[in-house]
Amino acid sequence: MSDDHHRPIPPSPIERRVAALEELLTERGYVPDGFIDEFNRAYENDIGPMNGAKVVARAWVDPEYKARLLADGSAAIAELGFEGPEGHFIKVVENTADVHNVVVCTLCSCYPWPVLGLPPNWYKDAPYRSRMVREPRALLAEMGCPLDDDVEVRVWDSSAEARYLVLPERPPDTDRLAEEDLAGLVTRDSMIGVARLS
Amino acid sequence: MKLDVDGPAAPPRSNGEVVFDAPWQGRVFGLAAGVIETRFGGDREPFRQRLVAAIAADPERPYWESWAVALEDLVTSTGLLASADVDVRLTRRNPADP
Repeated sequence: MSDDHHRPIPPSPIERRVAALEELLTERGYVPDGFIDEFNRAYENDIGPMNGAKVVARAWVDPEYKARLLADGSAAIAELGFEGPEGHFIKVVENTADVHNVVVCTLCSCYPWPVLGLPPNWYKDAPYRSRMVREPRALLAEMGCPLDDDVEVRVWDSSAEARYLVLPERPPDTDRLAEEDLAGLVTRDSMIGVARLS
Repeated sequence: MKLDVDGPAAPPRSNGEVVFDAPWQGRVFGLAAGVIETRFGGDREPFRQRLVAAIAADPERPYWESWAVALEDLVTSTGLLASADVDVRLTRRNPADP
């Protein structure tokens, strides 16, 4: 074995291929030194579903903000300082007692990164991408989100033109909570639409 | 309210789940971001189109492997790398490889 690292397990073919790709792209200056570490640290530490939770909580307490959010998601989200890759064309869809929205990307993994971070693994899997279109009620029930028959399900297919964020319903009995505490109640899954908060 | 705020089903307090199962997945994620930033002026669409194609070509392939295929396609089809560059580099790094 020619590898001079003392690795207990030899790297897999994909690991080796990505390492070769990284060498080439950094040598040629297409990826600046330190860029990957810095970029990934931001997604692992700073950018995640809490950003989206803050957006939702603001919409719950501020009707004017909510109106702006539903009219132009990206602009209203940028008001709170959340911008970046995959942050353009964010459209916010509101859950009500009669309508449940759920988001999928049938072709790949389009997802509103600045407010939700990176997508969970199941979001990128073929079964979710196909079944959420074909049989949303059954899949939602399997994922722990059964819906009454009289609730309309709207499935939104994310794409380059629009990335969707669900505005979940505010849970009951939360009138006295402050905005910050409300944000703590909002889950990532509720903003994808595979869970409800009440 | 039946929301579990402290237990295992608690809402994401900071950043949800780990998104990379192995370090190379994080590397290829950041690599694509870097190339998109420096060579495509931040326009993700050319990469996205190739990711869609890579997933469609082999729906069973693990997601981050499709991501790597899409990135390699992006950099070779736009002339940033020659199509044989990665294979040549792999052979140089691992001479014993077939």
